[in-house]
Amino acid sequence: MTTAPFPTTLAPVRRISLLRRYLRRPLGVVALVVLLLVVAAAVLAPWLAPFDPNFVTFKIVHADPGNGHLLGGDSAGRDILSRLLYGARTTLYGAVITCVAGLLLGVPAGVSAGYFGGATDRICSWISDALQSIPGMIVLLVVAAGTGQSFPVLMVALGVFMAPGYYRISRARAMAVRKEPYIDAARVAGVTNPRVLRTHMMRAVYAPIVVQTALTAGIAIGMQAGLQFLGIGSASTPSWGQMMNDGFNTMLTYPKILLWPSIALGVTIAALAFIGSTLADLISIRAEQPNRRARARVRQALAAPAAADLPDRETSGSHVHAIEDCALRVENLRVGYATNNGIKEVVSGVSLDAAPGEVLGIVGESGSGKTQTSFAVLDLLPSGGTAVADGIWISGREVSKLSSADRAALLGRSIGYVPQEPLSNLDPCYTIEHQLVEPLRHVHGLSKADARARAREVLVRVGITDPERVLGSYPHQISGGMAQRVLIAGAVSGRPSVLVADEPTTALDVTVQAEVLELLRELQQEYGMALVIVTHNFGVVADICDRVVVMKDGRIVETGLVEQIFRAPAHPYTAELISASLDDVAGRDELDQGWAPAHAVAGGEDDAR
Amino acid sequence: MLSFIAKRLLSGILLLIVVCSGTFFLAFVAIGDPTPGLLGNSATAAQRDALRAKIGYDRPVLTQFWDWISHAATGDFGTSWRSFQPVGDQLALRVPVTLSVVVFATLLAAVIGVAVGIACGLRPGGLLDRGLKLASVVLFALPGFWVSLVLVTWFAIELRWFPAIGYVSPEVSVSGWLSSITLPSVSLALGAIVMVGEQLRNGFLQVNNQDFVRTLRARGLSKRRVTTHVLRNASPSALTVLALMFVGLLGGAIVVEIVFNLPGIGSLTQSSSQIGDIPVLMGLTAVTVVFVVLVNFLLDLVLGWVNPKVRER
Repeated sequence: MTTAPFPTTLAPVRRISLLRRYLRRPLGVVALVVLLLVVAAAVLAPWLAPFDPNFVTFKIVHADPGNGHLLGGDSAGRDILSRLLYGARTTLYGAVITCVAGLLLGVPAGVSAGYFGGATDRICSWISDALQSIPGMIVLLVVAAGTGQSFPVLMVALGVFMAPGYYRISRARAMAVRKEPYIDAARVAGVTNPRVLRTHMMRAVYAPIVVQTALTAGIAIGMQAGLQFLGIGSASTPSWGQMMNDGFNTMLTYPKILLWPSIALGVTIAALAFIGSTLADLISIRAEQPNRRARARVRQALAAPAAADLPDRETSGSHVHAIEDCALRVENLRVGYATNNGIKEVVSGVSLDAAPGEVLGIVGESGSGKTQTSFAVLDLLPSGGTAVADGIWISGREVSKLSSADRAALLGRSIGYVPQEPLSNLDPCYTIEHQLVEPLRHVHGLSKADARARAREVLVRVGITDPERVLGSYPHQISGGMAQRVLIAGAVSGRPSVLVADEPTTALDVTVQAEVLELLRELQQEYGMALVIVTHNFGVVADICDRVVVMKDGRIVETGLVEQIFRAPAHPYTAELISASLDDVAGRDELDQGWAPAHAVAGGEDDAR
Repeated sequence: MLSFIAKRLLSGILLLIVVCSGTFFLAFVAIGDPTPGLLGNSATAAQRDALRAKIGYDRPVLTQFWDWISHAATGDFGTSWRSFQPVGDQLALRVPVTLSVVVFATLLAAVIGVAVGIACGLRPGGLLDRGLKLASVVLFALPGFWVSLVLVTWFAIELRWFPAIGYVSPEVSVSGWLSSITLPSVSLALGAIVMVGEQLRNGFLQVNNQDFVRTLRARGLSKRRVTTHVLRNASPSALTVLALMFVGLLGGAIVVEIVFNLPGIGSLTQSSSQIGDIPVLMGLTAVTVVFVVLVNFLLDLVLGWVNPKVRER
């Protein structure tokens, strides 16, 4: 009753669709059929087998197939086919014991470790790690020697070594689900820990456990055969490993005796492996990489003047400068992604421009296409993204028809990029010095000493007072504001004529935000760059921009001087964005501080032109 | 950094002690009275008593354990209950054989796995990538001895490129040694190669989607230089798998050695477990765990060097 308010339909729904989706994979279906055949052979062995598996007929020692013995006889004169069928029983019986043992040990421990964390997690994880670092074969042989070769006990011991696999996967799942709000809700509602574990957690780990079981069964069958191959197990119970050993001993003279059990073992393990891998594909959705043909298709659709599924072929936005005066000019830019449901256009015909020394703001909420526009200009769209444009000019040069290698050559030299999230944009494995010096040396051709000197100089310029310490630091050792200054330093150190900054202050503390904007403005004026700032915040626009482009749903809805747009927004969406920024307290403060000077600078520059 | 090393070493020694004690008591419980195994079923009670006294089995288990572990700490693994030869001597003969095979297999897995992983990571969805996925599914699960039987049949018996069985010491002939360990190593390494390759490929793609890669490209760095950054960030997971593989290969080697009739620890483990020769089994356990601990320690050092953040955990 207590669980009523929480999603209870999750598992059944998923199970049905998972099975259905599974049956659409030909490889998976074949593997499943093979496994079912093996299971059927094992179950029906007493009826299917033509002979008693242990019945010795001296006539058929090493016999070739024939005379009612479909696969011939082994070195003791027993019917190979019958032994194979009975061997399947042993094999599957052992695999089931192993999987159940591994499951019972690994899953509860993993779920508890992931759910409770702390000491439970540390102790369980240590045990799991320890188990994984023991060469299990020695221990298994000891167990086999001691327990009078009792098969179930041996398979349980094997299951113990399989438990870490279950443990790791259920721990990871439990940790992920632990953070989900519905678990908190259940706890707040008074559902006890054991109950949460039983109902919610078990449901969450269900699918990965199925995958893990398929893989574990495959490995267990292999190890079981290995042990039998070494002579472990009762001689009167036929097993594939034992048959392989028998065949191995007469391999040179009668290779077929080895062949049959090897095929049985290989096919069964491969079937389990393919079942596991198909299931894993279905639940983890390994992202399909778009191939060249898919990209070409997207490009074609985007460029088409009238495409059925992509309406609105008009360009939006406008140009205010002559082409030769522009640091950046974009004409009719479209960006699209290939999805399962056709092509999704995220930028639909955008035109804009910016002159040297000008600050252009691209404003919109998330999903408006503002970031996609800036990545398309840089030619740094995420994989799967495709851009077409009637023209893109960077420092007066048309670049949209260039090869991707030539476009890449513009980066860092003609056009620079300042990202949004400072810490995730520095490589955690290298020092700041390496990350600043590497492009200076290998892109801009400076010597090692010159590059170092220039890196230090730029760091000082972006307001870092102890450049030596920062240069020697790794990214995790510096603050977010510091990291953003480093990134700005990296972006301007190549003196680009256009600087694209994508939400450069969003991830920073309020106090740091104003400083970083101030720095960007100073650098922009000092180097005479065109600065394109992508933001959702009109406070930032008011603070720093000269002109602004307002985007919504991949199109420009309004463009104009900042002052004019603040005074009289022509589009209701713009007015909405402005008032939303004013509601935001931080934005309000910035606006109050930034409004007067920004306005003055913007006006002054406008007059100068 | 020093405390990091000390912590890892301590944890390794703890693991060594726990695993050795666990195996010791497990062997005592599982095997019980070793004299039937050592002497056979026809031995008289007096013969059994004499042997028990000779090997010290009549003492309490804890005394025997203390005796073993205090000597093992100094590198003395006692004498075999069967041959009364020092265990250390047998290990000195056998371990190099197994180690040759396992280290060679690990090297193969590292070199080929990394090459395949990079190639697939650079061209995801390509022919090689799809091939790797298919291979990784099958080879991951197929046991090494199965693969080795296939390889022996094909390369040693059909084509006669390599000797089917036997071991040549590198002191006798280096080329003979290489050719005697090639097939066993390859059959062990195949699964590890695809695991390392798949891991590196996935890590590569994951890192490729991270923000800093875009920023590195935005600075104008060449594809090769960006790939170096991606590779370094993707390597920890592949290295971890490689270290896990080493442990798996040590176990797998036991069966593969028997297929190829190599005088490594495989047949020694098999025979001593069957007769209940606990000192030999303990020596084998201790040596393998020492190698595992060493490899994990090396792994931690390398991981700390690759990603400095790890050192401060």
